[in-house]
Amino acid sequence: MAVLELEGDVATAAPVGRQRRVGVLFIGSVAWIAVIGLAAIFAGWLPIQSPTDMDLLAKRAPLFSPGHILGTDHLGRDELSRLIYGGRVSLLVGLLAPVIGVIIGGCLGMVAGYFRGRLETFAVGGVDVLLAFPPLVFVLAVTAFMGQSVANITIVIGVLGIPAFTRVARAVTLTLSEREFVTAARALGATHSRILIRELLPNVALPLLAFFLLAVAVTIVVEGALSFLGLGVPPPTASWGSMIGEGRENLDIAPWLAFLPAGFMFLTVLAFNVIGDTLRALTDPRPGAL
Amino acid sequence: MSAPLLSVEGITVDLPTPRGPLRAVDGVDLTLAPGSTLGIVGESGCGKTMLSRAVLQLLPKRAKLGGRILFAGRDLVTLPAEELRRLRGPELAVVFQDPMTSLNPVLTIGTQIVETLQAHLGMDTAAATRRGVELLAAVGIPAPEQRLRQYPHQLSGGMRQRVAIAIALSCEPKLLIADEPTTALDVTVQAQILDLLAREQQRRHMALILITHDLGVVAGRTDEVAVMYAGRVVERAPTPRLFTRMRMPYTEALLAAIPKLDSPPHTPLPAIAGRPPDQTRPLKGCSFEPRCRYADERCRAAKPPLADPERLGGLFACWHPL
Amino acid sequence: MTKFVGRRLVYLLPVLLAVTLLTFLVASLLPGDLATTILGDQATPEKVAALRAQMGLDLPIWQRYGIWLWDVLHGDLGRSFRTGETVWAAVTARLPVSLELMVSGVVLALVIAIPLAILCAVKSGTALDRFFTGLAFGKLSLPNYMVAILLIYLFAVELNWLPATGWVPFHEDPLANLKSFILPAVTIAFAEWPVLMRVLRSDMIATLQEDYIAMAKAKGLRPARILLVHALKPSSLTLVTVAGINIGRLIGGALIVETIFALPGIGRLLVGAIYARDFIILQGVVLFVAIGFVMVNFIVDMLYAVLDPRIRHGRA
Ligand SMILES: Nc1ncnc2c1ncn2[C@@H]1O[C@H](COP(=O)(O)OP(=O)(O)OP(=O)(O)O)[C@@H](O)[C@H]1O
Ligand code: SF4
Ligand SMILES: [Mg+2]
Repeated sequence: MAVLELEGDVATAAPVGRQRRVGVLFIGSVAWIAVIGLAAIFAGWLPIQSPTDMDLLAKRAPLFSPGHILGTDHLGRDELSRLIYGGRVSLLVGLLAPVIGVIIGGCLGMVAGYFRGRLETFAVGGVDVLLAFPPLVFVLAVTAFMGQSVANITIVIGVLGIPAFTRVARAVTLTLSEREFVTAARALGATHSRILIRELLPNVALPLLAFFLLAVAVTIVVEGALSFLGLGVPPPTASWGSMIGEGRENLDIAPWLAFLPAGFMFLTVLAFNVIGDTLRALTDPRPGAL
Repeated sequence: MSAPLLSVEGITVDLPTPRGPLRAVDGVDLTLAPGSTLGIVGESGCGKTMLSRAVLQLLPKRAKLGGRILFAGRDLVTLPAEELRRLRGPELAVVFQDPMTSLNPVLTIGTQIVETLQAHLGMDTAAATRRGVELLAAVGIPAPEQRLRQYPHQLSGGMRQRVAIAIALSCEPKLLIADEPTTALDVTVQAQILDLLAREQQRRHMALILITHDLGVVAGRTDEVAVMYAGRVVERAPTPRLFTRMRMPYTEALLAAIPKLDSPPHTPLPAIAGRPPDQTRPLKGCSFEPRCRYADERCRAAKPPLADPERLGGLFACWHPL
Repeated sequence: MTKFVGRRLVYLLPVLLAVTLLTFLVASLLPGDLATTILGDQATPEKVAALRAQMGLDLPIWQRYGIWLWDVLHGDLGRSFRTGETVWAAVTARLPVSLELMVSGVVLALVIAIPLAILCAVKSGTALDRFFTGLAFGKLSLPNYMVAILLIYLFAVELNWLPATGWVPFHEDPLANLKSFILPAVTIAFAEWPVLMRVLRSDMIATLQEDYIAMAKAKGLRPARILLVHALKPSSLTLVTVAGINIGRLIGGALIVETIFALPGIGRLLVGAIYARDFIILQGVVLFVAIGFVMVNFIVDMLYAVLDPRIRHGRA
C-alpha cells in the first residue's frame, strides 16, 4: 500500500524500509498476474470442470463442496472454472484494447508534441471533443448495435483510449523536445523522422508503457461494467463482470457468487495499477506531471 | 551592554540529501542587543537562510536543528507552538528574499495585512484596514487605499517588497530579520528598500538582522558584522573595525568582490575564485583552505576556532590572520 | 475578466460544433436502419423506402446533418419513434434525478476528500498519510458496481436499513426520497473521493513548501487559517478541474449506479434507449450530455478565474 508515496513527496529520500515494502507489493502483483494469466492460457489443460456444464442437482453449492471447491452458481456451473475462464475474457480484452490506444494515440501525441503548431491545436481540440462523450455510453451503444463480440468490445474500448494516450505522449514529447539531446540532434541536421524515432521514441516508450498498464486496469473495469449490464461477451461464456451481475441476483442467499468474481477482478486491477504506478513513478518523478 | 534580545548558542542545521546529511549551519553563536543591527554576510549557499530560518523556527520539516535560541529569555527551540505563534508578529518578524513568492498570490494585499493585525492586536476589520493604509503609506506606497484591494501580481517587485516590509512592521516587532531583502530587486530599487529598512529600524528602536551577500550593503547600515562561510561564522567584529582591520582571508576576498560604483559599466565582477566546499563532505581543516592563497599544512590539518586571541574585540577563525 | 470569458467562448464554439458533428456521425454510422427498426422486419421494401423518403433518410449524409443541426439549433432534438416522447421531455423529466444523485455524491466525496487531503499533506510521509493514500490507491481498483453490491449486501440485505433499489419522487415522500438516494450517493462518493483526495494532497504538499506559507507562519497566524485560507485556496485549482470533469461525466455517466439502484435518471434513459435501439433518443441524449460536459468545463474555467486572480487578469 506504500506505492503512492512515490507520487507525492518526491524530495524525500525514501527510507530503506519503505522501499522494501514497495517491492513486496510489486512482486505480489506480478505474481498474481502471472498466476491468473497462466491459468487463463492453460485453462483447457487444467483439471477443472467445464465452465458451462450445469450440475442442476447442485445449484448454488456453497464453498468447499465436494467436486466444486468454490461452489456452483445459480445454474449449477462450477465457480472455480468460471472464474478461470472469465479471466480469459478480462485479460484478453484488457491487454489488447490499450494496444490500439498506445499505437494510434502514441503516434498522434508524439507528432503533435514535436511539430507543435496547427497540428497540435488540432490534436488537442480533437481530444477535447472526444472527451466530451460519456465513454461508457459510447461503448454500450456501439457494442449493442454492432454485436456483442470480444473483437467489437476490444476495438471500441481501444478507440476510446486514444485521447488519453495522445495526451500522455504529447506531454512527454513536449518536455523532451526542449532537452539538449534533441536540440543537439537538430543542430547536427538530423531529419525529423530520425529525431522522432531514434531520439524521442526510446524516451517516450517507458512513460507510455506505464500508462499502458494503468489503461489495462481501466479496460478490465470497463469490460466488467459492460458484461455486468449484460452487454458484454454473450452468455454462456463466463466473464467476471457477468458473474458479478448474476451474483447480484443471489446476494441474499449466496453472496459469495458476487464477491468471488469481484475479488478476482479487484486483485487483478489492483495488480496492474500497482505495476503501472511503480513504473510511472520511476519514469516521472514530478507529481501529477501528466 | 544591556541584556541581549537574542542569543544563539551552538546552532547546527542538518538537511537530508540523497548524498547524505548536509550540515548547512555548523555551530553558530550570535548575540544581539535590543535595537542594534547585525549584518550577516556570505556567498550564496553558505547557510545564511538556514540560520535565519532556524532562529524563526521555520526550517523545512526534515531539517534537524541543534543548539539553543534564546529570545528575550525564552528558548524558541522548546517553546510550545501556540506561544511561538504569539511571538511571531509582535516580537519576531521577517522579510524574505523574494517578494515574488513571499506574498500569497490569491489573497489581496489588504487581506494579508489585515489578517496579521487581527491575529495579534485584536483589531476589528475597519480599524485594521485603517492601520493597513497607514502602514502602506509609511513604507512609501502611493495610493494605499487602492493597493489594499489589489493582488500581488499587480504590483512591481519593489512595491511588493515594501508591502512585505509593511506586513513585517505591522505589529511593531522587537526583532526583524531581513533575508537578502533586495537581492531579487532592480539595482535602482535596492538602495531605497535598504534605506527604508534602516529608517524604520531607527524610528522604532527595533533590532535588525540584515542578511546579504554584499559586504558593501552592511558597511554603513549595521553595528556589527558576522561573515559566514560553509555554515560557520568565520569572522565577527563591530562594523567599523571589520572594515578598518579585517583578519580573515575570506573576508578580504569578499570585500574585493564588491562591485565599485565608479568602475566602468559591464566590468565583470571579480568573483572569488573556486567554489564553496561540498557540505555533505566536511573538510578536516579550514573549509576555506582549497581557495585560500595563504593556506598551508596547518590549515589542512585542523580547523581554526572562532576566537579573539589578540583581545581586540573582533573574532576570527584563521591560523594565519592578515 | 470580460476578455477572458470572451476568449473561452471563442474556443467553445468550434468544440460544440465538432461535438454535434461527431454525435450525428456516430449515430448515423451505427448499423441498422431506422425505417426498418420502426416498421419491423415484416415491412415491404416499398413501405420502408417510402418512410425513408418521408424521414429524409435518403438524402446525402451532410444534408441530413444540416437539417438535423438546424432542428437542434431550434431546440428540436427529435422524438422517440417508440413512445412518441420528445428527447427534450425525456431529458427534463430525468434530469432532476441525475442532478440530485450527482450533487449529493460529489458533495459527499468532497466532504471526505478535502479534510483527508489536508491531513495527509500536513502529515505527509507519516504512517497516517501512508495509510490513507494507500487506501485511496486501493479504492481506485474497486469499480463502482462492486462498491454498490457491497453496500447493498451490507445495508440492504444484512442490516436491512435502506432499500436496495427503487426511487420515490421527492414531492411524494421526501424522507423516502432521501433514503432511496443514500446508497447510490455513497457509491458515487466512494468512486470519487480517492481521485479528489490524491490531487488535492499532492497540490497541497507543493503549496505548503511555498515561501508565502512560511511567511504566513512568520506572521503568527493560526494554523487553521494558514491551512484553510493560505494553503487550500491556491491548491484547489486541480481539485476544481477534476471535480468539474467528474461532475460533467456523471450527468450521463452514472448509468451503472442508476441501473443498479433503479433510479430513473439520464443514465438509465441512455441504457434503455440502447436496449430498445431507439436511435433518436440515444442521439439526442448523447448530444445533450456532451454539450452539458463542455458547458461544465467552461464553468470550471470561469471558477479558475475566481480562485486565481492572476488568471482573471489575463497573466497566466
Ligand atoms: N531544502 C533543502 N534541502 C537540502 N539542502 C538544502 C535545502 N535548502 C538549502 N539547502 C542547502 O543548504 C545550504 C545552505 O543554504 P542557504 O539557503 O541557507 O544558503 P544562503 O546562504 O541563504 O544562500 P543564498 O545567498 O543563495 O540565499 C546550501 O548548501 C544549500 O544547497
Ligand atoms: S586558516 Fe588557513 S586556509 Fe583557512 S583562511 Fe586562514 S589562512 Fe586561509
Ligand atoms: Mg538565502
